[in-house]
Amino acid sequence: MRVNFTVNGRPQEADDVWEGESLLYVLRERLGLPGSKNACEQGECGSCTVRLDGVPVCSCLVAAGQVEGREVVTVEGLADYARDRAEKGCARGACGGEAPSGTSLDEARNWQARGSDSQTGEGTELSPVQQAFIDAGAVQCGFCTPGLLVAADEMLERNPNPTDADIREALSGNLCRCTGYEKIMDAVRLAAARQGEAV
Amino acid sequence: MPSPKLSTSLDQGGAPTGAPTKITQGSQTKGGIGESTLRPDGILKVTGEFAYSSDMWHEDMLWGQILRSTVAHAEIVSLDTSEALATPGVYAVMTYDDLPTEVKNYGLEIQDTPVLAHGKVRHHGEPVAIVAADHPETARRAAAKIKVEYRELPVITDEASATAPDAILVHENRDDHHIGHVPHPNVVHRQPIVRGDADRAAGRADVIVKGEYTFGMQDQAFLGPESGLAVPEEDGGVHLYIATQWLHSDLRQIAPVLGLPENKVRMTLAGVGGAFGGREDLSMQIHACLLALRTGKPVKIVYNRFESFFGHVHRHPAKLYYEHGATRDGKLTHVRCRIVLDGGAYASASPAVVGNASSLGIGPYVVDDVDIEAIALYTNNPPCGAMRGFGAVQACFAYEAQMDKVAKELGLDPVEFRRRNAMEQGTLLPTGQPVDSPAPVAELLRRVSAMPLPPERQWESSEGADVRQLPGGLSNTTHGEGVVRGIGYAVGIKNVGFSEGFDDYSTARVRMEVIAGEAVATVHTAMAEVGQGGVTVHAQIARTELGVAQVTIHPADTQVGSAGSTSASRQTYVTGGAVKNACELVREKVLETGRRRFGTYHPAWATAELLLEGGKVVTDGGEVLADLVDVLGEEAVEVEAEWRHRPTEPFDLRTGQGNGHVQYSFAAHRAVVEVDTELGLVKVIELACAQDVGKALNPLSVVGQIQGGTTQGLGVAVMEEIIVDPKTAKVRNPSFTDYLIPTILDTPTIPVDVLELADDHAPYGLRGIGEAPTLSSTPAVLAAIRNATGLELNRTPVRPEHLTGTA
Repeated sequence: MRVNFTVNGRPQEADDVWEGESLLYVLRERLGLPGSKNACEQGECGSCTVRLDGVPVCSCLVAAGQVEGREVVTVEGLADYARDRAEKGCARGACGGEAPSGTSLDEARNWQARGSDSQTGEGTELSPVQQAFIDAGAVQCGFCTPGLLVAADEMLERNPNPTDADIREALSGNLCRCTGYEKIMDAVRLAAARQGEAV
Repeated sequence: MPSPKLSTSLDQGGAPTGAPTKITQGSQTKGGIGESTLRPDGILKVTGEFAYSSDMWHEDMLWGQILRSTVAHAEIVSLDTSEALATPGVYAVMTYDDLPTEVKNYGLEIQDTPVLAHGKVRHHGEPVAIVAADHPETARRAAAKIKVEYRELPVITDEASATAPDAILVHENRDDHHIGHVPHPNVVHRQPIVRGDADRAAGRADVIVKGEYTFGMQDQAFLGPESGLAVPEEDGGVHLYIATQWLHSDLRQIAPVLGLPENKVRMTLAGVGGAFGGREDLSMQIHACLLALRTGKPVKIVYNRFESFFGHVHRHPAKLYYEHGATRDGKLTHVRCRIVLDGGAYASASPAVVGNASSLGIGPYVVDDVDIEAIALYTNNPPCGAMRGFGAVQACFAYEAQMDKVAKELGLDPVEFRRRNAMEQGTLLPTGQPVDSPAPVAELLRRVSAMPLPPERQWESSEGADVRQLPGGLSNTTHGEGVVRGIGYAVGIKNVGFSEGFDDYSTARVRMEVIAGEAVATVHTAMAEVGQGGVTVHAQIARTELGVAQVTIHPADTQVGSAGSTSASRQTYVTGGAVKNACELVREKVLETGRRRFGTYHPAWATAELLLEGGKVVTDGGEVLADLVDVLGEEAVEVEAEWRHRPTEPFDLRTGQGNGHVQYSFAAHRAVVEVDTELGLVKVIELACAQDVGKALNPLSVVGQIQGGTTQGLGVAVMEEIIVDPKTAKVRNPSFTDYLIPTILDTPTIPVDVLELADDHAPYGLRGIGEAPTLSSTPAVLAAIRNATGLELNRTPVRPEHLTGTA
């Protein structure tokens, strides 16, 4: 089957999709977006977390056909997504007030990702939460990182001043095996603090 | 180091032609060792661009799939692949009969593991056949069409069934070098260690405490699944992009099976999503290469989580039997112990795990009279091998439980009792080897017990109980009723590096040249970066040694000599040492060039100790002699060199005596837990750690390693265990739904106190750090639960039924 949907602000068309394929498989193997990771493929680890119409989901548990006509944001689009949100004055989560998605569908539709040709990563624009993960040492092997970033960014959109218990609750669906989570806590606190300063 | 001062000597008068130019004030190089520089791969990892092994993609590639045995021990009566082969989209199906050479087995030390089963399977999930197809689902379905008829054999599952006189042999006709000294062919290796006279010393003991302990099977549970891409090459060879811990060890095992010389099997490290020992053994490497060479197409294999549980070895489950004696004044008289490790169906790293468990079996304590025995069994359980802590973890769980028991018998505080027996520099290990570097065991315990305790009843708030702070969490199972607090301590000792006479070297190639008007260093090693931050540290070492700002880390591959394994807490020591050594050789060459070019302009070129700092050649007094850009000019200086730490020797097979270890790493933990005694639920409130790291090359990464290792120890204390059915030897919980690892809700705050007492034998005085925190974490949590509940708790992990008396 053919699936049409929007990924990181760009319309995408995936052909020859087998009915059993997950959104994760289509992103990784058909659209060349391997940033979302395949660590358990049963919705336990959160490594494949993306936003589907603004809602964080495990893309391994979403059948590709279900995303027809919908909006997906992956880690590859996170920096642009965060910048767009900030430019619209939503950096403190004000735009997440009414809906769980935090970003209205119209807003998401109007948003376009910008290209990046970075090979080494130098000069790449990062979202505040991405930068905080690097600065706080929250990245080791990095396999859980994309999913955690999408989940943490979404939480900070809803809840710009989270308590530690809030952070732990929001990220409890994302397994990390390297860090013991302490540096991840530091990173999210740091991103929240910087977000607060920026406003 | 002194801060270099402004040099004026060369500015006076008109500079001669060819004299150094661009002289400015020198400065110490930024981003060197001791700073918390950020990961060079960090940006790629947070943007999703970092290419892990499962992200590899190639035009026209096929997907490989492995068919695994559904039973643990059986003869293969028949194997029919015809239907699978006839499936549209399938390019190849291979079995044992399709293996191209006489080499059909592989293994880290003993080549006892079949690439594909030959007439027999020895554990649940053993590879039987492989399939390549144009879609992963096609490959899966085709594999399911392969018909295998098994005739089941009785299963060997424990010491009793393995060593019974009439026991079926897991491996017939063993000819490995351990068979001559084991008591039974189902014992892989046995290491006794005897020093002093434990029988006589027992006579001096006022108290004797015995204990029997069980350690469950832990999984590494790295998040990046086993995966890789094999690309056939025009010369008949193959290029494998792979996640591994040791490229050259893989290469040595892969090439003979393929019938290729090693130079026709090119290996490049793909991004590695964690390892923790689980990637020391081969998984899909040979299978992908076989399918690629058979089909002439690139073949990608990615395990899913279910398969990953069958695709790598686990931590050895163990039975441990201990006897400790002590005098009334709190001094240990003797220790006797017997450690039985279940190695499962294939040897993997079992012999070395036995060496560690035995030699470190009594912990970081002074005991002159010891009688130790460790063995690893062959059984039909899943194969076990390397995991973070490697034999020392199981022993630490048991000897620390014993230390608490003895302290209780003596009426002593557990920390005070440990302090009275703590090892220090100069103490002899049970192997007779002196510990010849700082061993701050008492100091680490003092530090960890001096940390402030977390407040009591922190779940209470003005709005009632915050259930997220309580055992059971959001399940809302208690508001504090039945909840009791406990505190526990533990300390451990881990060896660093490969022991027992292994030639544990590493290789580094370092190049220095001028690029775009700046001196730049390139570091090329075969070190597997698995997340630990080796690449960060290599760049720091190069900056410190070569005084450059920019360092390029070349991708790890087999185009450079072996770096040894990313295991045994050894890479910063050994490959870090190799990088330092290669940098020093490069520096000598650069200085020679400088002397040749500019030596006549300043006497210091000949007389002073010269350093490279801030892109310049400076004297040890800080005077700048030349800019590296001018010294190097068009020339590139490159050195590749091997580097070795002090040699070790094997343990005597009868007495266990021998200088077997290179270095030691010490960590201590204090655990604070709260237990809902009615439901048997445990919440770890805090898990504080103090560790001696010798020298923290990157403090941020050091703390990250300690916290990560601590959390893996927490996991095996309260939740992590692969359950193997004792009747069938089949794995019952191969998924993240049923095998639980700590989430961010299960993990407490982990305050870390880092001590830096230099080991003068090691580069920069550093110690390998990755494993020690995994040792003492588990027994500290167990001690805290015992302290809270008063229960004996002789097994780990602790499950609710062990706490409620319903087990």
